[in-house]
Amino acid sequence: MAKANVKEWLEVVRAPYPRLRRWRRRAFIYAAVVGPGLITATVNQDAGGIYTYSLAGAQFGYLLLWTVLPTAVALYITQEMAARLGAATGKGLSDLIREEFGFRVTFFLLAALLAVNLGNILAEFAGIAASMQLFGVSKYVTVPAAALLIWFVVLRGSHRTVERIFLVGCVFYLSYVVSAVLAEPDWYDAAYYTVRPTVEWNTSYLLLVVGLIGSTIAPWQFFYLQAGVVERNVPKARYWETRADVFAGTVSCAVIVASIIIACAASLHHAGVTNIADAAAAAHALRPLAGEYASLLFAVGLLMASLLAASIVPLSTAYVVCEGLGVEASLNRPFREAPFFYSLYTALIVVGAGLILLPRTPLIRIMVFSQVVNGFLLPVVLVFMLKLINRKDLMGEWRNSAAYNLIAWGTAALMIVLTLTLTYLALRGVPGLPVG
Amino acid sequence: MIHVTELLDASVYDAQGNYIGRVRELCLVPTEQTGRIARLVISRGRYQPLVARYDQVASAAPGVVRLNTGELQLDTYHPDESWLTVRKDLLDQQIIDLHGRKVVRVNDLDLVEQPINSHMELFVAKVDVGLGGALRRLFKGVVPPYVIRTLQKGLPTRSIPWEFVDLIEPDPKRRLKLRLPHDKLAQLHPADLADIIEELAPSEREAVIESLPEATAAEALGEVKDELQARILEELEPERAAGILEQMPPDEAANVFADLPADVATQVLEDMESSEADELTELLQFAADTAGGMMTPEVFASVESTTVAQVAGALRGAEVPVDSLDAIYLINNDNALVGAVPLGRLLLADSGAALGSLQAEQLIFADAQAHEKQVIELFDKYNLRSLPVVDAEQKLLGMITVDDIVSRLWQKQT
Repeated sequence: MAKANVKEWLEVVRAPYPRLRRWRRRAFIYAAVVGPGLITATVNQDAGGIYTYSLAGAQFGYLLLWTVLPTAVALYITQEMAARLGAATGKGLSDLIREEFGFRVTFFLLAALLAVNLGNILAEFAGIAASMQLFGVSKYVTVPAAALLIWFVVLRGSHRTVERIFLVGCVFYLSYVVSAVLAEPDWYDAAYYTVRPTVEWNTSYLLLVVGLIGSTIAPWQFFYLQAGVVERNVPKARYWETRADVFAGTVSCAVIVASIIIACAASLHHAGVTNIADAAAAAHALRPLAGEYASLLFAVGLLMASLLAASIVPLSTAYVVCEGLGVEASLNRPFREAPFFYSLYTALIVVGAGLILLPRTPLIRIMVFSQVVNGFLLPVVLVFMLKLINRKDLMGEWRNSAAYNLIAWGTAALMIVLTLTLTYLALRGVPGLPVG
Repeated sequence: MIHVTELLDASVYDAQGNYIGRVRELCLVPTEQTGRIARLVISRGRYQPLVARYDQVASAAPGVVRLNTGELQLDTYHPDESWLTVRKDLLDQQIIDLHGRKVVRVNDLDLVEQPINSHMELFVAKVDVGLGGALRRLFKGVVPPYVIRTLQKGLPTRSIPWEFVDLIEPDPKRRLKLRLPHDKLAQLHPADLADIIEELAPSEREAVIESLPEATAAEALGEVKDELQARILEELEPERAAGILEQMPPDEAANVFADLPADVATQVLEDMESSEADELTELLQFAADTAGGMMTPEVFASVESTTVAQVAGALRGAEVPVDSLDAIYLINNDNALVGAVPLGRLLLADSGAALGSLQAEQLIFADAQAHEKQVIELFDKYNLRSLPVVDAEQKLLGMITVDDIVSRLWQKQT
């Protein structure tokens, strides 16, 4: 009785009622947990990545399939740490870095991130242009249209809607799997070379090994993933859900990479087409060999991959930079309350798309610059993450165990060496190697 | 005025002008006096750091601090949890701007000098959250201080007076030692508090909720977005969560409660007062999207023969807030709903009039099992502000008020 003190003529009436189960929103929350990990790992397969995998398949057939497993392990280890940092502290990566390492370090880190991500965005718009050119549409139509679409959807859609669009976008990556099946590969060989590492001591083979594993992780992924995990507010007790999400992302990433290599191995390599200029060229070359549909699916996959990455990277960059500098950043606030955030987001898209359209943009030089900055940024971010995740006051029981630390530091060291190698190669201008 | 960044790493000299060391950290002791820089930690390379008290400082300028004593008079430094340190606890950390009602990150602190007798006391005047502070942090030690001062002149300043700053300390043990005041925080509007809470990390959210009185915390929690409400309660001690739930309107409490994991829910229920717990469990019997799930069981009901004067007397004696009172419902001896008296009629009626003679011509009510959509339709069609809810035997169970309808519609839309 809520009103025991109200006099008897003014009383609260309560009657017993048969028990009914209140519908719970839990189910929805569970469903929503499949999210940031899957998106991050999938979007990782952007235009540059797809080109590398195509090249690997075209030049060496199934031989390089063994790189998929170590790549997946590296991806899982590093992303799981980012997710755990987010789940345990409830803070974004740039927030944590600022709080623990100070303003100046954060500032330079964010400046570097901005440069690297701009290179990424540029590559994505190049991917959009190339894939649509396969359908005979000029880049002067597709790039501005894509830029507008991305800008509009992300700014106008609610967070949930946008994330759902992203998740649906991830489904399009399945087109690579279908492409692989349509190419009628030798599945026995594919399985065999996946588990049996083969090393050929020639430059182009080793270059591709470095490229395949070295370009697996990009700094923006950690920031994006951690922010996504924080946004979800999944309680620590249910961290396994987040871990499952990261794992699902890793598996899907591995499947996509393997599919692309297999598709190109079964068709291009089989027919002796070993030299392709970019991912779109791979799709084009597939047509006479694997059929109209395989080629079409490959192109659609490339388009969706580029579109997705082009929507996520600018948004994530704007968020992270604002967060680290302590400037208001939110899609839920009007422009006048977060002017810097909106301006930066818009500028990234405009510059990224604009540079593709300008006739004399030194694209290669920009990409090389972006890769060089990445060569500095990625090691710093990885080391910071490892330091943060081992802080007792921050992580408590969520720290790395000694064994995990061994694997994590080992992975980080390997990734750092590979990234620096890629940077060196980019500076030397080694041909035939994708940058970014 | 002097900035904290200009004092950190400044050279410290004793009364004779001999160099002692560098300022490593500035400390406030909130239990002594708020805002005063009470201790300077001076590092001397490999020797143990020293501590200068506020009354041992003779002057402070960018890069230079002079003491009014000798090195031997200084104590050696031992970390103290009840000291608030500038570098570790304030710079780059999040604070609550009580004036702007949001969470911001500290770039720098502005200090004012106050000469007292033979020493110079420094007080934190403002917290710099703008570009100026960022610039000083960036260029400190690379560019001479006067160049930085010239550079920042043209920049817009964004700072918060110290008295409008609320500090968040996530560690509960340290919170007790620091004893930071939070009375101003509790005076913010619950909706603003909710915005602040939503922006913080879990441990900080907990710190903010802990610092609020239960009733305020309940109001603020009611304004937090739905999917976060249960999450926040889950993080609290069950006892505290139970206290907050008791303070929430029952329908809101039921919504939050339904989202708690089973083990936490049982724990919280055990910690609640039995009457409140009963009320909650009964509300939970209804699905959230039915009239029963939307209603609050707190209604004012009476029989037809009651007079206006009696009602007024009863309302005066009621401990429950009458702010949301919109109508008095009429029931018969079986507790079945038979009519409703709008508040306006009650106001204008003679004090001797019986409620039965004042009732509205048309009685509109909803069955507890009626779907949310039907309820909203009723509100729209009859321009209602409240709607009584009954069971299959017409017994009065509670009522739905228009604010619930508005927030439901709003949530659907966004």
